[in-house]
Amino acid sequence: MVDALVVYRRLIGAQVRSQLQYRFSFALDAVGAFLVSFVDFLAVLVIFHNIPLLAGWSVHEVAFLYAMSSISFALTDLAIGHLDLFPQRIRDGTFDLLLVRPRGTLYQVIASDLALRRVGKVVQGVIVFGYAVEGLSIDWNVGRVAMLAAMSPVGSVIYGAAWLTGACLAFWTTEGGEFTNAFTYVGNFLTQYPINIYSAWARRFLAYAIPMAFVCYFPALYVLDKPDPLGLPSFLRFSAPLVAGAASLVAGTAWRVAVRHYRSTGS
Amino acid sequence: MRLDWELARRGYRRYAAYPAATAAGAFTNTVFGFVQAYILLAVYRHRTDIGGYSTADVVTYVWLAQALIMTVYIFGWYELALRIRDGSIATDLARPLSPLRYWLAFDLGRAPYHFLFRGVPPFLIGALVFDLRYPSAGDALAFVLSVFLAVVVSLAFRFTYNAAAFWLLDYRGIVTMSVAVSLFFSGMILPLRLFPGWLAAIAHALPFQSVVQVPIDVYLGKHAGLGLAGVLALQAFWAVALLGVARAVLAAGTRKVVIQGG
Repeated sequence: MVDALVVYRRLIGAQVRSQLQYRFSFALDAVGAFLVSFVDFLAVLVIFHNIPLLAGWSVHEVAFLYAMSSISFALTDLAIGHLDLFPQRIRDGTFDLLLVRPRGTLYQVIASDLALRRVGKVVQGVIVFGYAVEGLSIDWNVGRVAMLAAMSPVGSVIYGAAWLTGACLAFWTTEGGEFTNAFTYVGNFLTQYPINIYSAWARRFLAYAIPMAFVCYFPALYVLDKPDPLGLPSFLRFSAPLVAGAASLVAGTAWRVAVRHYRSTGS
Repeated sequence: MRLDWELARRGYRRYAAYPAATAAGAFTNTVFGFVQAYILLAVYRHRTDIGGYSTADVVTYVWLAQALIMTVYIFGWYELALRIRDGSIATDLARPLSPLRYWLAFDLGRAPYHFLFRGVPPFLIGALVFDLRYPSAGDALAFVLSVFLAVVVSLAFRFTYNAAAFWLLDYRGIVTMSVAVSLFFSGMILPLRLFPGWLAAIAHALPFQSVVQVPIDVYLGKHAGLGLAGVLALQAFWAVALLGVARAVLAAGTRKVVIQGG
């Protein structure tokens, strides 16, 4: 375990050093990542230019959801965003290389990159968080601070599990990082808004099947001390870590099944 | 013309070669469409009309925007930048055909494929679930022309930001920034009609509304007679202007390649 971490640090260290070689390009990249999420948030402000409340949520409350969703997603993206490029390995057969090395395949895929430029999105999330908290009067106590501290790590595990599960499909479709997007980028977009805006069946699929409601919505209800507009039981507010654990198990199993299924392209 | 036609056919066939990827992508567009439709429906719980859009207009807008996402390829295109980076652009420049003309023809073949297979299926699913609006025959025809112009405007813009790779070692930052600005000001994220006045004024001064907002307004019948001719002329203007810019940037970049000695 310790050994794995040491190797991870070495591999990622090399990646980070190489990315920082081209400072101007790196700066442009980080600014770009910042800008993409900035216009996303601008859309939230445009919505609230037209209405005072969105399904019972104020602009600052939605900003809170947005910020926490953004930070969690950015952390996932930072750590495993390169899974997007991994179907390429299946297609051209270079996945074979990973099978003959003395480490787990998933470990190798994850340790192959760390896209530092995505810190731009983290920064943006933190700024929006400042905006949200400034406009809300949250009664901070130990419980709320603890929940807030747990939100991003737990949220990013949920995102990561969904992302990985989606990526496994590439073993069958060969071409098709596309499918993963439905789980990841859409999931990110989904958690930026309160789930009570969706119709019942869409909510069940989007929020529970891909368990995105646990990234932001339920924990945020607790932090904001807000009655659930859907009237769901309050234990759900504390279930996110369990959901994250279960989702990781599913993702891990999916990966093992997928790797066993893998047939090299033979080219 | 024969050459352009052949290139366009290759553009179509290249994407047609991956049906599984297309199906997966159409699925993603569909899920995205639902999410956005519900967000805007939540907005319309408080309003009946925003900037001349009824509830049916805005939901139709969402599904058309999903249909156009891949058709106008707004989420970022890197192919030219990759060729510049790995040097294959030198081969392209040696051919008796400008890379701009090559990619324009190729893209005009690609766009119908994405419209038919990435655009139409999500739209049909949206139509099953929501009350959408359907155009008159005249508006439908104008919509097809408008989407064609939108693809040209979009390709010219994409070509230009890709050409930045002539000067920058890493093209990704420029691409990301260009995508962010064009997504927002095209109306892809939200209809421009929801924008506050000052922001809408900026959007109307930029070429990007010609890529998403204008074709959708044409479909929804928001322009008629002279007004319709006016917006199509505006799109045509931006198509020509941006192709001019793309050509100038390519020429400048080509000189740079020659200076380096290839």
